[in-house]
Amino acid sequence: MRPFTFERAKTPADAAAAAARHPDAKFIAGGTNLLDLMKLQIETPAHLIDVNGLGLEKIEATQEGGLRIGALVRNADLAAHHRVRRDYGVLSRALVAGASGQLRNMATTAGNLLQRTRCPYFYDTNQPCNKRLPGSGCGAIGGFSRPHAVIGVSDACIATHPSDMAVAMRVLDATVETINPDGSARKIPIAKLHCLPGDTPHIETVLMPGELITGVTLPKPVGGKHIYHKVRDRSSFAFALVSVAAIVQPDGTGRVALGGVAPKPWRVEEAEAELPRGAKVFTARLLAGARPTPENAFKLRLVERIVASVLAEAKGAQV
Amino acid sequence: MKFDTPAKTNPIDQLKVVGKPVDRIDGPLKTTGTAKYAYEHHDVAPDTAYGYVIGSAIAKGRITSINLNEAKAAPGVLAIVTADNAGKLGKGELNTAKLLGGPEIQHYHQAIGVVVAETFEQARAAAQLVQVKYERAKGSFDLAAAKDSGIKPKPGFGGPPDTSVGNFAGAFASAPVKFEATYTTPDQSHCMMEPHASIAVWKGDKLTVWTSNQMIAWGVRDMAKTLGIPKENVRFISPYIGGGFGGKLFLRADVLLAALGARAAKRPVKVALQRALMMNNTTHRAATIQRIRLGATKEGKLTAIAHESWSGDLPDGGPETAVSQTRQLYAGANRMTAMRLAVLDLTEANAMRAPGEASGMMALEIAMDEMAEKLGLDPIEFRILNDTQVVPDNPAKPPSSDPQSKAPEEKHNPHPPFSQRQLTECFRTGAKRFGWNKRNPTPGKTRDGHWLIGIGVAAAFRNNLVTKSAARVRLDNRGIVTVETDMTDIGTGSYTIIAQTAAEMMGVPLDKVVVRLGDSSFPVSCGSGGQWGGNNSTAGVYAACMKLREAIAQKAGFNASDATFTDGQVRSGNRTITLAEAAGDKGLVAEDFIEYGDLDKQFQQSTFGAHFVEVGVNAATGETRLRRMLAVCAAGRILNPKMARSQVIGAMTMGAGAALMEGLVVDKRHGFFVNHDLATYEVPVHADIPHLEAIFLDETDPTSSPMKAKGVAELGICGVAAAVANAIYNATGIRVRDYPITLDKLLDKLPEMV
Repeated sequence: MRPFTFERAKTPADAAAAAARHPDAKFIAGGTNLLDLMKLQIETPAHLIDVNGLGLEKIEATQEGGLRIGALVRNADLAAHHRVRRDYGVLSRALVAGASGQLRNMATTAGNLLQRTRCPYFYDTNQPCNKRLPGSGCGAIGGFSRPHAVIGVSDACIATHPSDMAVAMRVLDATVETINPDGSARKIPIAKLHCLPGDTPHIETVLMPGELITGVTLPKPVGGKHIYHKVRDRSSFAFALVSVAAIVQPDGTGRVALGGVAPKPWRVEEAEAELPRGAKVFTARLLAGARPTPENAFKLRLVERIVASVLAEAKGAQV
Repeated sequence: MKFDTPAKTNPIDQLKVVGKPVDRIDGPLKTTGTAKYAYEHHDVAPDTAYGYVIGSAIAKGRITSINLNEAKAAPGVLAIVTADNAGKLGKGELNTAKLLGGPEIQHYHQAIGVVVAETFEQARAAAQLVQVKYERAKGSFDLAAAKDSGIKPKPGFGGPPDTSVGNFAGAFASAPVKFEATYTTPDQSHCMMEPHASIAVWKGDKLTVWTSNQMIAWGVRDMAKTLGIPKENVRFISPYIGGGFGGKLFLRADVLLAALGARAAKRPVKVALQRALMMNNTTHRAATIQRIRLGATKEGKLTAIAHESWSGDLPDGGPETAVSQTRQLYAGANRMTAMRLAVLDLTEANAMRAPGEASGMMALEIAMDEMAEKLGLDPIEFRILNDTQVVPDNPAKPPSSDPQSKAPEEKHNPHPPFSQRQLTECFRTGAKRFGWNKRNPTPGKTRDGHWLIGIGVAAAFRNNLVTKSAARVRLDNRGIVTVETDMTDIGTGSYTIIAQTAAEMMGVPLDKVVVRLGDSSFPVSCGSGGQWGGNNSTAGVYAACMKLREAIAQKAGFNASDATFTDGQVRSGNRTITLAEAAGDKGLVAEDFIEYGDLDKQFQQSTFGAHFVEVGVNAATGETRLRRMLAVCAAGRILNPKMARSQVIGAMTMGAGAALMEGLVVDKRHGFFVNHDLATYEVPVHADIPHLEAIFLDETDPTSSPMKAKGVAELGICGVAAAVANAIYNATGIRVRDYPITLDKLLDKLPEMV
């Protein structure tokens, strides 16, 4: 860990302004990912801005009938919130499928969105990784790639985004709200928050330097059956091999987003028209253009089977 | 005390304390956080500095330069030790690679230096400033590719590399029913909770190390050898150990680098190996490729058995002895086993819980299930049909199964009887208890919602080893009995069973016994490993207590043979005195050891069991979830059923991990285990483990020791993974011969989704 300076910001605008003053600064909230990365010197901020005191831990109804979730709402609190459980079940289920109880007590909404990949080559500073050290190469391509992404990848990077929460937010059409160092606010649809790696896998989001997430807004509930199906090698405390967040309406229409398969929560709205035609047709559209490795090609078949199982569950049938 | 004739009735048979499921006597210390582990002895050296280990960034090659300038100038840095300034170092007898590498690099994350600083954070930050340049050399990292270059290893713990009885080739060729398959098991890491950790303190030329080590005397010997100093100048203290599983049998880099760091910094130094180093710096269980061939009559009598195993290790290393159980488990007149060892430039392969059998049973016990099916026999009946009361293939062994003995070899019996063998009873008891008759023998036919349900079975088998073990027993004027031995408690319950033994022998309640372990200033015990700790260490305490009884009787003027020890008193005829009186102000001390004759050659001492497992396999995703597990064990006298159960269910959990998720992934280009943390090397979590049951059959083994006990802690892991694999087959009809059985290996063969 490199030595760093530290300050506690008092308002979101202060925090963003402080970040603008320190080009090497990072915001810290729960710290469940950042601190690990700092110990390994994968992240080496010279300055930390503690945002825990910004008063962003509220969950409020919006005038449109949706929900505004403060950036600092802890994952555990969000999962347990009565409105989330009642109207956005897929989000509550995704949250409790992630991490462990202790981590969910610390991890925040904004931090969860911005957590970094769990690719083991990213974590081992002796190994090449274009995300950690641009231009050094990708260890996972041609190496251990079983947990890696199958779609949205590039020749520079095949890492996944590890979040469960973000997958549910993607299927809920959430909007991310931010504040910039100049005090201006902006709203980013979650679909546009994360970038695909292309030639610049170290650039993971569209956030500008110093831009701070202040909250996430969910639109009015859409009803339907909310399902989050996470598949992994052990029953708990593991990242998804594949996860499926789905909202299925009684008429068979619906929305599906995937975790564990791409550098961002993966959803293809145009493909959803195919949902009533069944898992095979839908999945073929959803994963068109996939570029798996021999080690992770199973994820394509796994997605199709989970989607089939989810659709059956939505109908109330047994698989 | 020499134990060379079967035990007769002795004070242990009273079973007033021994055999009772008493709680751990060290439990309150552990549950209140007051049992001090290696890194926590803050009192012994208040000015302790911190060492941080630098691991090699390449797997094989040379260091061409190390630039320490920036690191040396970093805040708080006191010293940096590398091979350049460490002085001449030897190598421990039980180390394959050097614990401090450079300039030659033998494996990834081999330690190449330690940075010592005032704080842990300073040491870590400075370590990251050390600039090392390497010249990479081509290495061998792929077992499948290196397999055919494997050589015949030297005989070792697993006996000779090759054995042969009768004519396997002929019998297999002419067998009416034949089966052949190849199985693979991956490299595995011990992943105990407490990492390797040590605090080193020099006083002049004398070194004391607070550490976490299973085998104190081995550690002291190898430390002295590595530093080139007399053994007498090295003291190890290891009272509590947060798990070992074989990973702490040997001297490792934490001890050496703490000592070198302390010498350089002229301060006490503590070093804990960071978690990432556990996989690539320390030892691991080697991957295997195993080929099994079975031939049988139509009725299911095995006539031909062959088991071959390939594994890899660094040059001068040893094989994973995966064929050993196949020499002893099932009858069959014609048989062969063979082990071949290839050179792999991964970190050194060595013992992990039940080395040999744990891996070997993973393959053999699937093969038995497959052959039973081929024969149209129930897998339990098939095994019972081929049960044997004598060892079918007993090669002339190296001198003794005693790892510390140098006794000359006695005449060799090619088919010695087992001292006890209740394998059939284990199966019968388990079948009844588990509801084996409810299993549908046709795979893929039982369903519970979207779960495919299956039941599987496997034998458990692990040998019992006898080895010399010493103890000292003191009696004071309050009637307190204090036991001192360098035996270790790695979470197994050694403190408790040793206290029970002393209490039984001396006729005192448990709370009058104090047990002090894990200090090399105490008499040398068997240590903890190979499931030999429980029986041998308590037998050593038995021997010392016998001597103490004699000393007490003599002091009281009694004839030792008719003195009885009960309720804190010694009686002879109608005379009684208390132990406290007998001890007097000076107290009494006795020291002795148990050593063994050739009963372990006259009789094969082994432990047996049967594992039953019920799984559900998700019909859509192929995820396997355990639903029920049962182990029935026959393992001699159970000294404390609570501790033994804890060992067996822990081993079953480890076996479940081996079956379903554990495996080090080799990057065959760069030569290292990629998943080197607990996030990516998955071991079971609570949610993975269902209700576990462990039953012990009534058994005493008078050939094993005066305790009539045998090992049990490793028996529990042997066979579990195969029982899981067989249950998955019963659930799905899919046979996976490549561990771990992850969902991607099932997916393509699961029923179509509608």
